[in-house]
Amino acid sequence: MLVLSITTAIFLVVGGLLLYALVRFRHRADDANASEEPPQIYGSNQIELSWTVIPILIVVMLFLATARVIFSTQDSPKSADALDVTVIGHQFWWEYRYPKLGIVTANELHIPAGDPKHPTPTYLTMSSADTNHSFWVPRLAGKTDLIPNRVNTMWLDAEAPGLYLGQCAQYCGTQHAKMLIRVYADTPAEFAAWVAHQQQPAVDDPRVAEGRNIFLHTACISCHTVAGTAATGRFGPDLTHVASRDTIASGAVPNTPADLRAFIDDPANFKPGSLMPAMHLNDHDLDAVTAYLATLK
Amino acid sequence: MATQAPVNAGLVQAAPRRLVLETLHDWVTTVDHKKIGLMYIGYALLFLVIAGFEALLMRVQLAIPNNHFVSPQVFNQLFTMHGTTMVFFVGMPILFGFGNYLIPLMIGARDMAFPRLNAFSFWISAFGGFLLYFSYLGGSGLYGAGAAPDIGWWAYAPLTLKVFSPGHSSDYWTLSILLSGIGTIGTALNIVATTICMRCPGMKLTRMPLLVWLYLVMSGLVFVTISPLTAAQIMLMLDRYVGSHFFDTQAGGSAVLWMHFFWIFGHPEVYVLILPAFAFANEIIPVFSRKAIFGYPAMVAASVGIGFISLSVWAHHMFTIGMTSGANTFFVLATMAISVPTGIKIFNWLATIWGGKIHFTASMMFAIGFLFQFLIAGLTGIMLSVAPFDWQLGGSYFVVAHFHYVLVGAILFMLFSAFYYWYPKMTGRMLSEKLGKWHFWIFLIGFHLTFDFMHIPGLEGMPRRIYTYEADRGWMIWNLIVSSGAIFQAIGTLLFVYNMVWSYFKGPIAGPDPWDAWTLEWSTTSPPPHYNFAVIPTAQSRRPLWDLKHPDDPDSHYE
Repeated sequence: MLVLSITTAIFLVVGGLLLYALVRFRHRADDANASEEPPQIYGSNQIELSWTVIPILIVVMLFLATARVIFSTQDSPKSADALDVTVIGHQFWWEYRYPKLGIVTANELHIPAGDPKHPTPTYLTMSSADTNHSFWVPRLAGKTDLIPNRVNTMWLDAEAPGLYLGQCAQYCGTQHAKMLIRVYADTPAEFAAWVAHQQQPAVDDPRVAEGRNIFLHTACISCHTVAGTAATGRFGPDLTHVASRDTIASGAVPNTPADLRAFIDDPANFKPGSLMPAMHLNDHDLDAVTAYLATLK
Repeated sequence: MATQAPVNAGLVQAAPRRLVLETLHDWVTTVDHKKIGLMYIGYALLFLVIAGFEALLMRVQLAIPNNHFVSPQVFNQLFTMHGTTMVFFVGMPILFGFGNYLIPLMIGARDMAFPRLNAFSFWISAFGGFLLYFSYLGGSGLYGAGAAPDIGWWAYAPLTLKVFSPGHSSDYWTLSILLSGIGTIGTALNIVATTICMRCPGMKLTRMPLLVWLYLVMSGLVFVTISPLTAAQIMLMLDRYVGSHFFDTQAGGSAVLWMHFFWIFGHPEVYVLILPAFAFANEIIPVFSRKAIFGYPAMVAASVGIGFISLSVWAHHMFTIGMTSGANTFFVLATMAISVPTGIKIFNWLATIWGGKIHFTASMMFAIGFLFQFLIAGLTGIMLSVAPFDWQLGGSYFVVAHFHYVLVGAILFMLFSAFYYWYPKMTGRMLSEKLGKWHFWIFLIGFHLTFDFMHIPGLEGMPRRIYTYEADRGWMIWNLIVSSGAIFQAIGTLLFVYNMVWSYFKGPIAGPDPWDAWTLEWSTTSPPPHYNFAVIPTAQSRRPLWDLKHPDDPDSHYE
């Protein structure tokens, strides 16, 4: 706000003077001395000095205010009971790992919401599996880049429960635009329930055994994990509880059976350039795999 | 302003008709600084239209959410090519073109110090530009053959490495930058040598037109900034083809290293582009205010100051990469500090106008647009220098709006102003003032529709470089306004191109000094002869022609 008011004030003063000069000193053809040159003024050291020193003072003030915010944000001590989440950027989705809770999920980040009196900050430890990415949820915090071979940290704290939208803010390849972020700030009770649910093993519904079988015998398992099965791939999102998520394809489309089926059929239906190949399943197999994944609540 | 009788109309008469091939041979083999300057300008205008068209396509795609006008691959190529073209093949060539044309004339010289190097620099840069566009045929991007680079104009590692960017499109990108860099350094060298060695008798450094001073500072910056960029391109080529690991993060390389190399070039580059715009303003604003520039020594000092400070601000492009709080704080201070000399310039221009008799020609109107828009651009720049502000808005459309305010609102406006001002010198004919004012107003409306409203989606969290966005984010209305402004700008530009062509054949004869100006280029014919001056002029003050026109009250009495 300080910055905004200072810059607005400067704009009004300088812009106003400029406008005044343009109107006041325009060439008038009907002026008696129209053909004469105006008095030539070459400069003034006092004036130069004044419009050097005053801006310097403004800069010093702005700088001190800025430095204080930088240090208080970046060097704020981390509380012992804070939630830790490891964020790994992939082309073009987000991997979230909760090391203390033993949870691995993707694209939809759940954090506990606090209130101003009892902040519950979440600490993110971030890196990238491939190219540069940047984690940006405007209403929660500024952005921090995820850079391969480098670990960055940031913290965020939601003061009210709700859904906070964001997306990747560093160009990372073809589908950079649909690398969306959804942060769910849950009430403490909701968050505890979510954690308990995510810690459950994957649902094993005998009615979709056929789809499960197809899933485990195609290339799906080279990239995806379903905890407790032979699928242990790490290249794509963990699917253990995929049906509990509201969206698929990193927030690109709602998680409905129809969208899920279209996505498995060919990810380019929603995300051309996605690294998941079209699986070329026949209609029957496609239905079966979709039905299986839809049970993984 | 005194009107000039067309005393030398005879000089504009067509030379005996020559074969097309002869004319072509003449232009290809020329070492005349004026012809090379014009070739630079023509080549840059060609690319300006191409890159502007690319911008137009992007704005059509972004006008509504989830649009399918172009594919993501094509969109990514468009913003890569738009940025690369505008910086390397429009901005620098067009400014070098004006510099090449004007510097020898303004310091009373007959050519640049190294005419052959001049021609070489132009042709190697031009070749770089055509190589970049050849990638549309010869490259193959991240996906598929026959594609342009899609790595962004900043080309962050490791996206540029073989594993993420197979094919040859990135090679075309890096080679074209390498070549244009060689040409740029050559021309900068030439400008420095010319200003140091070729000034006419009496033209001391302290009497040099401010335009020449600014080109001198700009050329110094080129040495310091293009070199690391060129080095980085070579390292990238080594990574891609020899198996070195400078930027190969999978083998322990550093992505951040590339960022440092790129931005130690990239930020001073902004000043390489804007100093010539300041240079034009320093010549044009005094003439149309009918007053000497206010505070010449302060203007020189501020320019040199900007040159030095601009070398220590690059990492403000990297506030979000997780630098320590100490490093962040340093770059905040350095970035804010540059607003002081920049402010001095604005105040001096204001003081120059103050008490003058302002003539609202098309050229002056563009210069006034420049003053207002540069003021706003500078202020949003101060906002972005505040690192916590940048954590939010860096990489968003707020930044895109900010730097287009600088590049279009300040530099392009000042370039248009320079065209209206020096076109008569270059061609011997005036541009149409009437069309010029239409051009100004249409372009001004388009500019403000586009770039004022572009700040808003940025504040609402819209990141750059996305080919589409979701409908539920509420960004559509702003994007629609932004895109509609692009159409106005395109119409304005077409009007300008039409004006240039029409006036070349039908414009009123200019005479040597249509603006009643004060610097040496106006003392010779329009266009100047091959040798510029029949007799090498002498300078007694900063405004040699003022002294001639006002022998009773010459400047040399006051300096």
